[in-house]
Parts: sequence; structure tokens; C-alpha cells
Amino acid sequence: MEPTIECVDVVAVMGGFPVLAGASLRADAGEILLLQGPNGAGKTSLLRVVAGLLPVHRGEARVMGIDLVAEPRRARTHVGMLGHANGLYGDLTVTENVAFWGSTVGATAAEIEAAISRMGLAERLADVPARKLSAGQKRRTALACLIARRAGVWLLDEPHSGLDAVGRDELDAVLRQAAAAGATIVISSHELDRGTKLADRVLTVRGGMCL
Amino acid sequence: MKRTRIAWAIASKDLRIELRSRIVANQILPFAAVIMVLFAFALDSDSVLQRVAPGLVWMATLFSMIVLVQRSYAIETEDGAFDLLRLSGLDPIGVFWGKTLALVVQLLLLEILLVATAILLYNATVSGAWIGGIGFLGSGWVLLVTTLITATFGLAAVGTLYGGLAAGFSGRETLLPLLVLPVVSPVVIGATRAMESAFGTAGAVVSEGWSWTGLLLVFAVAFGVGGSLAYGPLIEE
Repeated sequence: MEPTIECVDVVAVMGGFPVLAGASLRADAGEILLLQGPNGAGKTSLLRVVAGLLPVHRGEARVMGIDLVAEPRRARTHVGMLGHANGLYGDLTVTENVAFWGSTVGATAAEIEAAISRMGLAERLADVPARKLSAGQKRRTALACLIARRAGVWLLDEPHSGLDAVGRDELDAVLRQAAAAGATIVISSHELDRGTKLADRVLTVRGGMCL
Repeated sequence: MKRTRIAWAIASKDLRIELRSRIVANQILPFAAVIMVLFAFALDSDSVLQRVAPGLVWMATLFSMIVLVQRSYAIETEDGAFDLLRLSGLDPIGVFWGKTLALVVQLLLLEILLVATAILLYNATVSGAWIGGIGFLGSGWVLLVTTLITATFGLAAVGTLYGGLAAGFSGRETLLPLLVLPVVSPVVIGATRAMESAFGTAGAVVSEGWSWTGLLLVFAVAFGVGGSLAYGPLIEE
């Protein structure tokens, strides 16, 4: 089976300095992969390469079989990346936020409804403006938006930051559920304990390389 | 088809947010009306006001447009949505036209209010009948509507392009007017002259105004096409 994400000996440079020095990574559909390592190790840079944000200086990188060097924009349509911000519109409701992202790829009303249900937002929160949601609810709404826009690869940079214990547990549950449904999830985290419990595999990044 | 769908999704999203937040209705439209009232107090002469009414309408439009463009991108940057928009692989031409169309709708509403204010406060009058009598192209109303539409598309295209550029910088609130105002000066000149003809200001006749709407059309097409091509690389940098 072809891997969803495949990076081979990737070298990336930012501001004249190498941030990745031959990093290799492979992730399959339905897998949760944790990138762990100290600050400045290259975790976020590796996520940015997979997201098509940081150009590949040398090496090979593919997402869903699409070459990130040759077709970064096409590859991005399969990738959803969430950092500290959720990318929600505060004046729109949960449903409207999800429907907006769904409409950009022609998602049906049923798909949008399913995305909202999968994140456990359908019952009480569907018509609540995003501005009024808790941090955990916002994060779940952002993930529902990724489902609605049919992103098969989720790149989450420190997804647990800013969440309380309940919010973290909820997030872990929805990520496991999403992976079970076929999404490939790559997480960058400092929190090794929580991350290792959640992930199927842990990859240590150090000095711009995957160990 | 995909591009049209993206443009429609972006435009309807922007307009829905404005309907919900009522920032345009409660803040920007009153801001524009206050500008017109202040001009009236400052100039304090009916004949002068009548003479300069078209210019004042477009100056008030420009000032309000800056606020509208900033608002258009503030909703995107508030929670990092603009980054997702940039990084989602969506066709940037679709995004550009979606944001431009939403701005067009809001600017047209604003301009209708400003023209009505000029007619009420400054005693400006539109030349000729709606249609008929002196002919379709002789109607000041037809010239006025054409001017509003062509000028608005030009202004909205420039606003969207430079708003997207400025959104990535700190100090964007002060950067945007510096970038936009010099570029749209041909629109202000052309739209003011065309509106003078529509209003019959200082003996101007309607037929003189059509050449200015030609300039406005060229500007709108140039920035519509140029903006479509430049928007992607600009926002991705």
C-alpha cells in the first residue's frame, strides 16, 4: 500500500539556515504519528514541509502520491494543518463554519452534517456562534471543518495546548475516531506522556533529522 | 466551475458575517454619513457644496472603503482563518473574486447612501430623465449607475489585492491607506468627472461623462485581471 505521507532525506532551508537535514518520514492511512523532540528540533518545520508551506530544498516528499515539489498546491488540498489558532469565523455558527469549508470542495449537506456529528457537535452546539465556544469545542469545530473539506491528512501542531483535562480527553477521542475512519494524523507535541498514549507510533526529531 | 464555487462560498461567507455582526450597518455607513455632514459644515455654502458634491462623495467612499477592506481581512486574521485559506490549496483567483464581490456589494450600498446624502444635503440633482426624452445615453441616472458600478469594481479589486498583501504585515492598519490611496487616484478622478456630468455640475453635460466611465472600465478590468494573477503569489509569500 502506498503511504499517505512519504518524505525521504528532506533538506529544508529557512532564512538561509537549514531547518531539516535529511529528515525521512512515512505515515499510512489510519495512523496517528507523534513527532516529539526538543524545541528547535525541526518538528514544526517537518509539518510545514508536509503542508507544502516550506519548500523542499533537497530530497523527496509526497502526500497522497502527489509530489510536493512539483505540485504543492494540489497536495495542499488533501492536507489540513492546525496550529494554535483554529481558523474559525467567530460570527458564524458551528454549522456555518463547517458548511463554508465544505462548500469550497462541493461537499453535500449530508457530508457537512456527518462532519459535525463525528465531532460530537450536532446536539447542543450546531447553532452556537464559534465566538461563544470553549477552547475544546473550538478545536473540535476546526477538526470538523477539516473533515468537511475532505482533508485526508491532518497535521496538528501542539493540539493539546490551551485545553483543560476534559478538552484534552475529548480531543484524543475524536482524533482516534478520525484515524479509525481513515485519516492520517501527524501530531507535534512536547507532552510525551499524552502523545504516546494517543499515537500508534512515535518519531523523535532532533537536529533536523528523524531518529 | 470550481473557481466559481470558491468565489461564491467566500463572498456569501463574508456577507453573512457582515449581516450577522452589523459592523457595516452600525459603524461604517454612519461613519460615511458623518463625513458628508462634516464636509457640509466645513464648506458651509450651498453653491460650493453643489459644485464639489461629486468629489466629496468619492472622498467619503475612499475613506470608508479603507475601513471596509480592513474589516474584510480582520475577520480572516482574527482566529487565523486567512492562514488556513492560504494554505488550503484553494484557487487564489476564486478567493480574490469572492472577497472582491463581497466588497462590491458593501461598497455599492455605501455609495447609494452617499449619493442620497449628496442629493439631500448638498442639493445635488441628477440631469435628465431616467430613460427617454433625451435618449438612453443622455440620462444622468444611467451615467450615474454606470459610474457607480465600474468605479466600484475597480476600487474593490484594488482593495482586495492590497488588503491581502497588507494582511501579512504588522502595522497593516496604517500600511493599507498608504498602498491603496495613490493607486486608486485614477478612479477618484474619473468617477468624480463622470458624476459631475451626471449631476450637471458647473454646466457639465451627460455625454462628457461617458469617456470617464470608459477609463473606469479599463481600470476595473486591469485590476480585475492583474489582481487575479497577482493575488496567489502575494498572499502565499
